[in-house]
Amino acid sequence: MWYRLLMDRSSVSFTRLLTGALYMAAPTWVAFAALVVCDALSPMAALIAASLTTVALLMVSSWVFSEWLNVLRWARTLAQGADPNALKPRETLITSDPVAAVGVVWRAWQRERETLAGTVDWHLSLFARLPDPLILLGDDRRVTNLNPAAKQTFGRDIIGRDLSAVLRAPDILEAADAVLNGETIRAIEFTLPVPVERTFLAQVLSLDMVADDGTRAVLTLHDITSVRRAEQMRADFVANASHELRTPLSTLLGFIETLRGPARDDVEARDRFLAIMQDQASRMARLVQDLLSLSRIELNEHSLPQDKVDLAKLVKKAAEAMQPIAHSRHMSLDIHIHPFDGPWGGLVMGQEDELTQVLQNLLDNALKYGREKTSVTIEVKPAAKLPAAVAHYPLASTVVISVADEGDGIAREHLPRLTERFYRVDPARSRQLGGTGLGLAIVKHIVNRHRGALVVESTPGKGSVFSVYFPMVHENVKSALPQMQKTGHLKA
Amino acid sequence: MTSRDEHIVSSYDQELAKLDTLIDRMAGLAEIQLDNALKSLASHNSDLAHCVLESDRTVDDLKTTAETQALRVLALRSPVADDLRRVITALKISGEIERIADVATNCAKRALVLNHSRGLAPMRGLVALGKMVRSRLKSSFDAYRAKDATSAQSLRDMDVDVDALYSSLFREILTYMMEDPRTITPGSHLLFVAKNLERIGDHATNIAEETIFLVTGAPQSSDRPKGDTTTLET
Repeated sequence: MWYRLLMDRSSVSFTRLLTGALYMAAPTWVAFAALVVCDALSPMAALIAASLTTVALLMVSSWVFSEWLNVLRWARTLAQGADPNALKPRETLITSDPVAAVGVVWRAWQRERETLAGTVDWHLSLFARLPDPLILLGDDRRVTNLNPAAKQTFGRDIIGRDLSAVLRAPDILEAADAVLNGETIRAIEFTLPVPVERTFLAQVLSLDMVADDGTRAVLTLHDITSVRRAEQMRADFVANASHELRTPLSTLLGFIETLRGPARDDVEARDRFLAIMQDQASRMARLVQDLLSLSRIELNEHSLPQDKVDLAKLVKKAAEAMQPIAHSRHMSLDIHIHPFDGPWGGLVMGQEDELTQVLQNLLDNALKYGREKTSVTIEVKPAAKLPAAVAHYPLASTVVISVADEGDGIAREHLPRLTERFYRVDPARSRQLGGTGLGLAIVKHIVNRHRGALVVESTPGKGSVFSVYFPMVHENVKSALPQMQKTGHLKA
Repeated sequence: MTSRDEHIVSSYDQELAKLDTLIDRMAGLAEIQLDNALKSLASHNSDLAHCVLESDRTVDDLKTTAETQALRVLALRSPVADDLRRVITALKISGEIERIADVATNCAKRALVLNHSRGLAPMRGLVALGKMVRSRLKSSFDAYRAKDATSAQSLRDMDVDVDALYSSLFREILTYMMEDPRTITPGSHLLFVAKNLERIGDHATNIAEETIFLVTGAPQSSDRPKGDTTTLET
């Protein structure tokens, strides 16, 4: 027992123990001394008795101390997070009260800790579920944390890096620096051009206190694409519509004038003119309809559609609807649907009406520009090769729909501009066939909204192939929720 | 930064990070210059064009700073392998960005002239080309900063689109100029703007190639797909 007390670093030293025993024995020594002075006891006997008492006290106090030490050691291990039952001292006369007291403190502490951990988790899940991208900034503009929405916007994890690794816009960097250097708030508008153009209102706010991980400011991004789009669309609509509507309108006005003047009583001319006027008026009607659907699609272009659509079914339905037109030109529609593996085979995340319009416009073009008595081939199959724009999608889960015609084909220099609004390879022919110049623009915007790609291949003299690529459902779901699976408290 | 990337001397890391930040700032400025030049062309906004002209100097200054920083790292640390490639790539890319900024500035200068004349129809195609180049530029900077060789490779192959669009615009502008001699002055400016934008596309492709070199260490061969046919006799 003695040597253990001497060896143990956390124990009470022997000198302290001895001093304590001597202090306690002091009254006994004084009493024995008084007895010796009064000749009631021989000095030798008094010395022996007093020494024995001291040794006895020394032994008792060392036992008390060692019991105390067990309680102390136990309390220390509890502070380090050990299991309270593992090193719990046995309960004796000395230890039972302090052990009970420490136990009460420990339980209260645990309860407090659980409450705090719950609050922290709650705040973290709140942070993770915020729909707007949020980036926390520390000193030197370093990113200390970012929420899943931000990770999705920037496509990668940038914790610990300079903000400039993802947001290079000089205004934003300047605002971040200003706020980190004492300003309270700054707001900037900026645009991300890929994958679809999005405009954000960025706000940098300084925080009242510096967090443990060094966070001093927070950068929030608020998507205001719809607002800007709406403004832009209004301007575009006026410009395009007035330009394209002017021609049929002036024809109409000209004929009306003629009909009211020189041709007033000419029955033959009136019939001919009215037929032309109906043609022009229906062209205007088509144009207005196309412009309207284009604006509607454009307005939603940056929001991913949420329904699951079976492409094979859709293709069959669209082809059936086009059958009368094909019949009138003595053309045939050949549909080839290749089998898909897996539970999501052939299903894409999309909006059925819009996808139908894609097929309709592509088939309409193929039937218009294909030669009479030829066939139009529609294929739905897993992609064999990905175009550059969607090269990052997994090959196995990308579906391609191709529409091939046997027509005159399109010269190479026109290919990149086919999807421009009102761009026509041969304006006269397009107008004659009743084209509005918007069909492929609509297709492109719908495909963009579905995060797909449109590829046009054409051999002049032989025909053209229009292929649209779409990611299949399960990949969409996975890439949309990468953080949900990793973060434990975010089980959906 | 993962611990695998760190050096024993932390000031070495700081110097490399400083170089990256300089490139980021240059890239951000160049992107905004191109944005503003395009906006100024599309909306006849001469103020934005002046903005572009003013910020060109900042990019030049940053390039000098970046070069000094790169030389400093080369001289003091004698980097090898990854680090050497990182410094060399940064040095080359700072050159590319400086060229991009110059070319964007030139577009802005021409926008100032064009804003005084009547709008020409090919402007729409020009803005489309500009937007295409702009998104390529962002994607290549992103690929560079993320050290993403896969997307860099796909960007490199995509340059054909820019070239093809440029060829088509070239023809279109030429047609306008032949039809109406009054459009020759604005038309020739548009031709130069189109060429400038196509050059930016090339620089973006160069950055993608540098990124592939940075990641893989293999120099890129020069036989990348080409789609510019305007210099061919037809």
